[in-house]
Amino acid sequence: MNARPAPARHRRAPRMLAALLGLTLSACSTTVYEVVIQAPVSAKLDVSKYQRIYVAGFVAGPSDDLDASMETVRLLRNQLRNKNVLRVLDADAVSLTDKAQELAGPNAGPIPVTRTETDLDPYTKVFSDTGYWRTVGAELDAPLILTGTVVFLPQERTGFVQREQETYDQFGRRQVVPVRTYMERKGFVLRPTFVFIDGATGEQVYSESFREEILYNSNQQTPALSSYFELMDRLLPSVLNTLTAQKVRGNRVLLK
Amino acid sequence: MRFRFALFVLVLLLGALPAWAQRDDARQQVEFGIEVAQKGLWKEAVYRWERATQLDPTYAQAFNNLAIGYEQLGQMDKAQVAYDRARALAPDNAYIRQNIELFKELNERTARARPTP
Repeated sequence: MNARPAPARHRRAPRMLAALLGLTLSACSTTVYEVVIQAPVSAKLDVSKYQRIYVAGFVAGPSDDLDASMETVRLLRNQLRNKNVLRVLDADAVSLTDKAQELAGPNAGPIPVTRTETDLDPYTKVFSDTGYWRTVGAELDAPLILTGTVVFLPQERTGFVQREQETYDQFGRRQVVPVRTYMERKGFVLRPTFVFIDGATGEQVYSESFREEILYNSNQQTPALSSYFELMDRLLPSVLNTLTAQKVRGNRVLLK
Repeated sequence: MRFRFALFVLVLLLGALPAWAQRDDARQQVEFGIEVAQKGLWKEAVYRWERATQLDPTYAQAFNNLAIGYEQLGQMDKAQVAYDRARALAPDNAYIRQNIELFKELNERTARARPTP
């Protein structure tokens, strides 16, 4: 017995269904394109009235690891010179230690070796002493003054850490699975506050605080200075962004 | 019987065709946007993705791309709104979640400054 051929419109229906199914599936699939963006961020401070900047030094506790004030002055002067926003004065950094100690009051004592992130808080009154900063500014023809505090501390931490592990399933699809591991880690915390002072009036015009930390496996030996620069590297775009517009790079995924 | 069922499905699918057509137009805009964004023409890309989101307001990928375009142009508030929309439309999309995390990180880095009172 011969099967009767289906009418043409009956034969077309499955094809149309298949086409529509294909369209649906293609609509559901996602194609990704990785791109690099450079997001512009405008300057936080109007520096049009200044021609020069003086990085005056920082209040930092004594440390065996590094001289946080000196390293910060050096790093900021170099970075500001590279940015070429304001002329960077080469004058010696002022020693803020005595002044900060004097203004902290008789009970405060000498600036201690920093053990906690708030150890330097009593010594920040120096940044509000307009008379002192006006004098500093007058000697240098009223530049914008950059000063502040720098806390740089070693730290140790143990506990469970969640990290992402890459796996591939039987179809070769990449999956990222969170895995919890117990780890002993050590590293450093950097907690600087940058204070911008008008050299003509001695008044603060802006201040900004940051906190960054880095932790390594306990068996990894990383010098304090390397960690300091690594942590400062993370902050610098934002610090420089106070004076000049910046472009912040980032990776993003465009989807289709 | 089978024919009737197929016809029923066909009618259902045909009913959905206008929406597919809209999505198809939106996809074309998104694709063109990606093409020009890769050449650095971000303003044009943003225009295309804005168009795509108007054509199909349920197109999460278009909102994701639009947010990235706004980031590139420094329009962070608009980027936030577009990312929020993308996340609401596709909460399980790992790529969108990843972009949002990176956006938050960038936004925090640039906005955590506190002006002196």
